[in-house]
Amino acid sequence: MTDTSTLARGGANTSAPRRRRGSRNHARGSGLPDWAVPYVLLVPGIVVIAGLLLWPMIQVFVMSFQSISLRVIRGVADPEWVGLDNYTKLFENDVFWSSLRNTVVFAAVTVSLTLVVGTAVGVLLNRLSKGMSTFVIIGIMCAWAVPPVAQGTIWRWLFDAEAGIINWALNLLPDWLSTLVLGRADWTGEPWLNDAWSVYVVLVLTVVWASFPFIAVSVLAGLKGIPAELYEAARVDGSSPWRTFRKITFPLLKPVFAVLTILSIIWDFKVFSQLYVLLNGPTNREAFNLSLFSFAEAFKAPPKMGTGAAIAVVLTLILLLVTAVYTRQMVKQEDLA
Amino acid sequence: MTPLARKRLTRIALNTAGSLVFLFAIFPVYWMVATSFKANDQIFTTSFIPFPTHFTFEHLFGVLTEGVAGNSIWVYMRNSAVVAVGTVLVGSLFALLAATAVARFRFKGRTSFLITLLIVQMIPTEALLIPLFLNVRRLGLYDQLLGLIVIQVGLTLPFGIWMLRTFVAAVPKTLEEAAWIDGASRFTTFWKVLFPLVAPGLVATSIFSFITAWNDLIFALVLMKDTAGYTMPVALQFFFGQRGTDWGAIMATSTLMTLPVIAFFLLVQRRMVSGLVAGAVKG
Repeated sequence: MTDTSTLARGGANTSAPRRRRGSRNHARGSGLPDWAVPYVLLVPGIVVIAGLLLWPMIQVFVMSFQSISLRVIRGVADPEWVGLDNYTKLFENDVFWSSLRNTVVFAAVTVSLTLVVGTAVGVLLNRLSKGMSTFVIIGIMCAWAVPPVAQGTIWRWLFDAEAGIINWALNLLPDWLSTLVLGRADWTGEPWLNDAWSVYVVLVLTVVWASFPFIAVSVLAGLKGIPAELYEAARVDGSSPWRTFRKITFPLLKPVFAVLTILSIIWDFKVFSQLYVLLNGPTNREAFNLSLFSFAEAFKAPPKMGTGAAIAVVLTLILLLVTAVYTRQMVKQEDLA
Repeated sequence: MTPLARKRLTRIALNTAGSLVFLFAIFPVYWMVATSFKANDQIFTTSFIPFPTHFTFEHLFGVLTEGVAGNSIWVYMRNSAVVAVGTVLVGSLFALLAATAVARFRFKGRTSFLITLLIVQMIPTEALLIPLFLNVRRLGLYDQLLGLIVIQVGLTLPFGIWMLRTFVAAVPKTLEEAAWIDGASRFTTFWKVLFPLVAPGLVATSIFSFITAWNDLIFALVLMKDTAGYTMPVALQFFFGQRGTDWGAIMATSTLMTLPVIAFFLLVQRRMVSGLVAGAVKG
């Protein structure tokens, strides 16, 4: 056996070793021809992705043109085809437009704030001593690790009208300053979570608090990869810190920033858990975003799954559109070959 | 100012900034833990009580014995753990197989598969809620933890494969070739050579899936009907009752839900980052 395989490998005939290897596999008990191995390994993955992600994506698209009654949900009737009805009704609904606005404005503000704060902290971590930076990293990891539902709960408690610590802290400000900047002096009993605008102030804080650590740690990892000589040269040339950041750090970390931006956009467009907790469920319709609106339409009585699906389709399309540019860049960069 | 004094001043400024970042990040977490050990008279007050001087286990014992929505918190913890562990076991096996395929073989359709992986990660999972809910009902998995496991495997798999493939690719191929030449079978090569070397990456990927499944609210909310099947995030919602909010109990429950995740995070923080931004930084 060993002899023949050595012979075959040395042989000039290209088809011979292939056949030889095939028979050897068989002898070793796998029984699979070489070309089939990767496909067999991929079967479970492909089945799961196709069945649980791609097929439902098509389904949600189809369902957005259907009316799905309770009888359909119970499985005793077929869905009724209603054409563009779900969409036309949706576009006439004020809640849709306010949800859309909330989603987009929230994502824009939160993504930019997270990136700026995260990058600043990443740069800071890079300049701290080893012990100090480990200490800070452990602190920010704790914030990052808090489950979204617990994030919402904690911040809801911090902003509690009666016993919340934020209102206590705001009362500490000198009255003139508080009035000048925030328009009022007495914050006792201020209900932050009643009105859509202030709910979103809390939500932005919550999400930035929980997601800047990831940006900071990733930026730090990127910074560690930049050769120190570059900074040395910049320093010798008398470059200002801001200029060094713009001319050296930023260009070199551009691929990292691209990924971080795209991930932040994906995460912040569909925030659900934190908002759900802050609003105490789908209650205040003015403060809905698209995820929560879709959920409320589909699962609050009476269930309007068709409309919920239409909202989900709108959310997906916006997200794909926004991320398309980045995705293309990533596909190009990533060495897929 | 002398250069030495300036250097010292910079150091002080940097350390102060670092400490402020630390405080901003840790304070809400600390406040959650502190509140869960405070007696009610120190919780419902308009003054600032930095430490629980009237220290009590009342809330913690309360949620563990009395619980909420008719069950002890243990029941919800167990449900959450079952879903998360189930997701990890099935998900990492599937991810490992697929990652090996794309990292070790060149085959037709490989690039399309990788691009599909990338694109499905752009789909907001919340958008799939309605069809997945109906499919789970049709399959008879409604109100069963198994249904949640199936869904979570689907949601975590693309990222799992994506992350794991870089770990598999990092193992030198020569090792497997050596085993192969020594006459090991394909399975032995995989099990005895590749698997131990990819294990750290597998742990990181598993923890990521665990956390995703553990944290999920929206799917558990619509797929579980009976209160005995609720997971922690769903159970927590029931504390916000009509009788006013029992913040001590809520914070105790939040703490129980958060601690395992924090422990895992600190364990794998480095790999988390390298996995998430894999491919962006060429090293």
